[in-house]
Amino acid sequence: MNRGILPKLGLAVYLLCLLLPIYWLINMSLRSNEDIMSGLVIWPRHPSLVKYSFILHDPTWVHGFLVSLTYVAINTVISVTIALPAAYAFSRYRFIGDKHLFFWLLTNLMAPTAVFALPFFNLYYAVGLFDTVWAVALAHCLFNVPLAVWILEGFISGVPREIDETAAIDGYSFPHFFVRIFLPLIANGVGVTAFFCFMFSWVEQLLATTLTATNALPFAAVMSRTYSASGMDWSLLAAAGVLTMIPGALVIWFVRNHIAKGFALGRV
Amino acid sequence: MKKTLNNRAWLLVAPVMIVVLFSALLPVMTVVNYSVQDAMAENHFFWNGDAWFRDLLDPSTEIGARFSGALERNLIFSFVVLLIEVPLGIALSLALPRRGWAVGPSLVLIALPMLIPWNVVGTMWQIFARADIGLFGAALNDLGLNYNDTQDPVSAWFTILLIDVWHWTPLVILLSYAGLRAIPDAFYQAAQIDAASRWSVFLKIELPKLQRVLVLAILLRFMQSFMIYTEPFVVTGGGPGNATTFLSIDLVKIALGQVDLGSAAAMSLVYYLITITLCYIFFTAMTQLDLLKEE
Repeated sequence: MNRGILPKLGLAVYLLCLLLPIYWLINMSLRSNEDIMSGLVIWPRHPSLVKYSFILHDPTWVHGFLVSLTYVAINTVISVTIALPAAYAFSRYRFIGDKHLFFWLLTNLMAPTAVFALPFFNLYYAVGLFDTVWAVALAHCLFNVPLAVWILEGFISGVPREIDETAAIDGYSFPHFFVRIFLPLIANGVGVTAFFCFMFSWVEQLLATTLTATNALPFAAVMSRTYSASGMDWSLLAAAGVLTMIPGALVIWFVRNHIAKGFALGRV
Repeated sequence: MKKTLNNRAWLLVAPVMIVVLFSALLPVMTVVNYSVQDAMAENHFFWNGDAWFRDLLDPSTEIGARFSGALERNLIFSFVVLLIEVPLGIALSLALPRRGWAVGPSLVLIALPMLIPWNVVGTMWQIFARADIGLFGAALNDLGLNYNDTQDPVSAWFTILLIDVWHWTPLVILLSYAGLRAIPDAFYQAAQIDAASRWSVFLKIELPKLQRVLVLAILLRFMQSFMIYTEPFVVTGGGPGNATTFLSIDLVKIALGQVDLGSAAAMSLVYYLITITLCYIFFTAMTQLDLLKEE
């Protein structure tokens, strides 16, 4: 396709605007609080990594970071694993209540978390999962599982049915067929879905902080502590914010090829 | 492609049902429970029928006026968000490189805003938008605009809008880009042979192929912007006045600020139903379009 200079220019301008607030976050993380409050400084005068080293040497912060990574990982694995067979069913079969069920799943994406925080607390407290990574991982399934089913259903619908039928004729059992033949075909879909699950679980904080107290204190909750004592520790918060971008950036780097290979969500 | 009727497919769906029901059923029932009761003291609840709902839906009551105000603000906000983010996202996805070394880095850069936890997004913009120490606020004031996101309702509203556009246009870009990459080269070659213009390639080839990913993008963006909470909570706290008091913000104010659980529960149910209805209409419209095309 012959494309002019204009789209490239537009993209460059957009990327610049996108990076400015992020630059400001990095800028703040390298300055002291007094310096941040004293005025506008485009380029840090005395950049220092002291806040980063503070975070990386403080067991509470490190623990919080590991806790967050753990429940995000558990959630991603659960979501993708149980969504796969369900997405296959929605894509290949008609069954009683299928359309209603599909829409009901989607409605869970619309539950305002601010409203459900308190009932969630009661629920997980009652079943004894409160303050564990499992509570957060399961709670995040509420919106990640429906999303995973939806995305995977599209990918699966893009695979021709003939493949299923040929495999059945060749005498493959369903589980064998699904894992050995079908999964590799939708590897892109699994990658993309895992990215979305990771992302939405990583950035969600209201439920994560409501469902934990001390043992499984997520990164976000540790972060909110910087709000209280002696005003706001802006530069510490900024450093923590910069660190939270790293895992996500790594994940998208790994799935970039899946996204770049493209998906039209089936039935093309 | 006809689907076969097979009710054993329920077995494949069962794990999803169990996990989602576990997290969805009890909280929803709790909210329903609160919405029809009133609390006298600590934990003495009594049946209150539909009173909370009647108050809520009657704009002449205090709570009714608040609700309709917040609802209106929220609907306008979501509409503007979709109006900006969807076309912008599609346009930018068309401009992204399709092959070569630049693909990976540009995807990572574009995804960055989505990967920042929501309260950090709020905090960074809180500083970024300040007129004295933030780059954005200072720049706008240097340009001669009277910008102050904590004092001036118009500035506050546009700040929240800008944050949302900054935060979530990447989602539309990524989905739309992935949709574009799924179009086989043969389609473009055919268009070249026909000497089709860039615009007609977009309208006749790209847009129809993007339909499904766009349904996903639009529904996700609608739901999230309709439930927007963290950004206005952190940046403007719903103010100044009630310029950025969206439904979620108001809801939390009533539920936790005033401990008015009945009103809050009724409000969240109505809110939930409105979201579901709007999404259902949209979803049905899009799937009907699909069916029409297949025929």
